[in-house]
Amino acid sequence: MTTTAPDTGRSPTRERPDRPRRRPLTLRRRESRAGLALVAPTLLVTIAVIGIPIIWTVVLAFQRVRLATLRKTGLFGEFTMDNIDRVLHTPGFADTLWVTLLYSVGGTVGSIALGLVAALVVRRPFRGRTLVRASMLLPYVAPVVAVTFVWQVMLDPQLGIVNHWGQRLLGWDAPVPFLTQESTALATVIVFEAWRYFPFAFLFLLARLQAVPGELEEAARVDGATPTQRFRHILLPQLLPVIALLGVLRFIMTFNKFDDVYLLTGGAAGTEVVSVRVYEFLTARTDIGAAAAQAVVLAVVLIVFVLIYLRFFGRRVS
Amino acid sequence: MDRDMVETVSLRWLRRLVIAAFLVVTVFPFYYMLVLSVRPIERLLLDPGSLVVGFGELTVATYAEVLKATDDGGQGFLTFIRNSGLVAVAATVLTLLVAIPGAYAVARLRFFGRRQVDFLFLAVYLFPSIVIAIPLFVVFSLAGLRGSLFGLVLVYISQTLPVSVYMLKNYFETIPVSLEESAAIDGAGRLGIIRRVSLPLAAPSIMAVALYDFMIAWNEFLFALLFLVDKPDRWTVSLGLSLLSDGVEVPKTVLMAGSVVLTLPIVILFFASERLLTEGLTSGAEKG
Repeated sequence: MTTTAPDTGRSPTRERPDRPRRRPLTLRRRESRAGLALVAPTLLVTIAVIGIPIIWTVVLAFQRVRLATLRKTGLFGEFTMDNIDRVLHTPGFADTLWVTLLYSVGGTVGSIALGLVAALVVRRPFRGRTLVRASMLLPYVAPVVAVTFVWQVMLDPQLGIVNHWGQRLLGWDAPVPFLTQESTALATVIVFEAWRYFPFAFLFLLARLQAVPGELEEAARVDGATPTQRFRHILLPQLLPVIALLGVLRFIMTFNKFDDVYLLTGGAAGTEVVSVRVYEFLTARTDIGAAAAQAVVLAVVLIVFVLIYLRFFGRRVS
Repeated sequence: MDRDMVETVSLRWLRRLVIAAFLVVTVFPFYYMLVLSVRPIERLLLDPGSLVVGFGELTVATYAEVLKATDDGGQGFLTFIRNSGLVAVAATVLTLLVAIPGAYAVARLRFFGRRQVDFLFLAVYLFPSIVIAIPLFVVFSLAGLRGSLFGLVLVYISQTLPVSVYMLKNYFETIPVSLEESAAIDGAGRLGIIRRVSLPLAAPSIMAVALYDFMIAWNEFLFALLFLVDKPDRWTVSLGLSLLSDGVEVPKTVLMAGSVVLTLPIVILFFASERLLTEGLTSGAEKG
């Protein structure tokens, strides 16, 4: 950081001749002005495209708005609790919330566990390591529409490869419609989530693993610690803060997720998560008020969960 | 044999096994995509379990069909590619124009509200996009921006901006201040310092952020679905593929060719810049 050095000889020459008495700006004040000027575009865009919409969603949640009547309803029409009431008492609300929670926890735990294993096995150099590492990131960088489509075809009861080999090799009696029957759909979606997002955890954990000083493990080895003991007592404590951070990040992201579930099952077969429900309200029923109310409930529930999490793990995360 | 030996030896084998398993699990779906895209649909229906393409059955007719314009009996993916490319490039360029000065300011300059701004970006990044989608859907419907690619670019900027500022900020912070100070002593102004010192040093990381933004915009689905669904000539590749796969008219092999078309640019970009990207994404991770 530049310190607040006393003003150097440059600014007086810049001063306007008609106001000779005015004190030149200090470096600190000039820095502050430059900072505000440079950050202004970012701030404006963020407020315009994100800040205002968020506030507006909250306003809409307390109004009776439908797409058809939108032009008549002013921005500040009558306020009502109807939407919230309707959202909370529509059949399936509790189920949706429960499914979202299962999906988020399952996806989070699954992706972090897979990511941890992946980071541990490629930690030390071996031939082809760069290629292996890059391949492991494929599920994360590939377009969601493409990978969900491939999964759908792979799991298809008629022409999917999984059912074909399942029946041949594993002796399944009949093809399993993984994504369309209640008993397997949610689990399949969670497995997909873990598959698609483990690279995210993998990257963070690998970066942290490589920052662990080699002497630590060396010392433990000299003291006779076996590989599993070294993991348990040396590596794991080093990784815990990152795991705790990943836990909260992945939970939030999965909780908000729309694309994956919508593209895999469309929210059918007991996989309707909150964002898919919001989307249904918004497009199929064009009930903007209810959609906004549902979204606000989503955000509030999410904030509550995150606060609970931080209450227990906050020390580690920060 | 003591416990240490047993563990070391078995873990060595376990490690190789696990690496192989991970490779299969991550690469297989992409291989499957490729294989299906070059087989005729009749062959797939006859033998869905086959994983090698016979010499006689290799076909590129699927690609021809998926790329051809709808007037010529194809699926019009060339238009989708153009749309996706336009939107992604525009969003990337605009994001960088806004994000670079912003990130520099947050990283380097002390100004009123700097810490709050820093926090704001993280909060925005983690906010559900469906919450933002509702009012944007309303506004765009009213303003007639639904169905316009320009509107979509605007939304994509909001999706890429917070991450970009966050990543760039982390990088700017690693540039030694002394470099900038010596430039200042040599008489460079603030903008001169940014242009001559900070930007050249940050070039690799700006590149990484640009690629990352491009990928986000190219892969995006929800907003494209909300805003473009009524206008088939404006569809992006993602949207086109997902809407066509809902129906039963288009054979799965043709759609697989579409998936390859959608995935290939991203995979090529990714492998060309893998090192740049992974380092850019986790820079600052240790602080976490």
